[in-house]
Amino acid sequence: MPIDSYKFLPRSMRTMYESTPAIDEPPVWTPLPKPVQQCTIALMTSAGVFLKDSQEGFDEERERQEPTWGDPTYRVIPRDVRQEQIGCSHLHISHASLLEDIDVVLPFRAFTQLEKEGAIGRLADEAYSFMGYQDRRLEDWRNVQGPELAARLKERAVDVLLLAPA
Amino acid sequence: MLARVIESLGIPTVTVTMVPDLAQKFRLSRIVGVEFPFGHSFGTPHNDALMLKVARGAVQALAEAGEPGYRLDIDAEWPVPLEVAYKTWHPPKPSPIVERMLKARQQP
Repeated sequence: MPIDSYKFLPRSMRTMYESTPAIDEPPVWTPLPKPVQQCTIALMTSAGVFLKDSQEGFDEERERQEPTWGDPTYRVIPRDVRQEQIGCSHLHISHASLLEDIDVVLPFRAFTQLEKEGAIGRLADEAYSFMGYQDRRLEDWRNVQGPELAARLKERAVDVLLLAPA
Repeated sequence: MLARVIESLGIPTVTVTMVPDLAQKFRLSRIVGVEFPFGHSFGTPHNDALMLKVARGAVQALAEAGEPGYRLDIDAEWPVPLEVAYKTWHPPKPSPIVERMLKARQQP
């Protein structure tokens, strides 16, 4: 039974999403290079989280000045991050739950458990965070951040990226 | 959509999303749907059983998917009443774009 994609959304957003046409581009596909039990998996969230003690937050001020713009940069979050290090800059969602428990968007404990069980090869040492309100054409991500992140993942022998749009 | 960028650069992706219908329109490779409010991809704070259930779904998707457009919906009810959960994800004040749209709507 398919879930209701719009259960928690106001009617205006449901209408907007339901009327969004499918993109006119072919699907993308990269097969897993090995069985998932041997894969290194990295986590990524669009919740706009960052490390308060060592990183800048995302640029909320420019978005306030230019409401159609969203900060395209990303932050690296180590898997052993402590909850008290977590900050959040995202003007489109509540921060309350993730500031209480970062695992609601970056589930480090669950994937550590799967690693212990042998259901996956390894949870990567670092996760990634960006701010999900982006220009739909994703010009920056196509040209700058995407290639940069893909190279970073390959350098670290990451086999799979799990994305969790917030 | 970011998943498309990364996947096209040679890294397989799986996307855990609250809006799987939209992810299908974006023609993502592997989709895991959760009927949760925004900002809560894996569940409620400290609910490790629910987080693990969603994580297992993502691993299942990676193991099973053989072609693009794969979708697996997680059978998990949000553990908070709808009238409360509906407000759970909203920011304290409308985002700049929503504020602009609301202002535009008020103008004659």
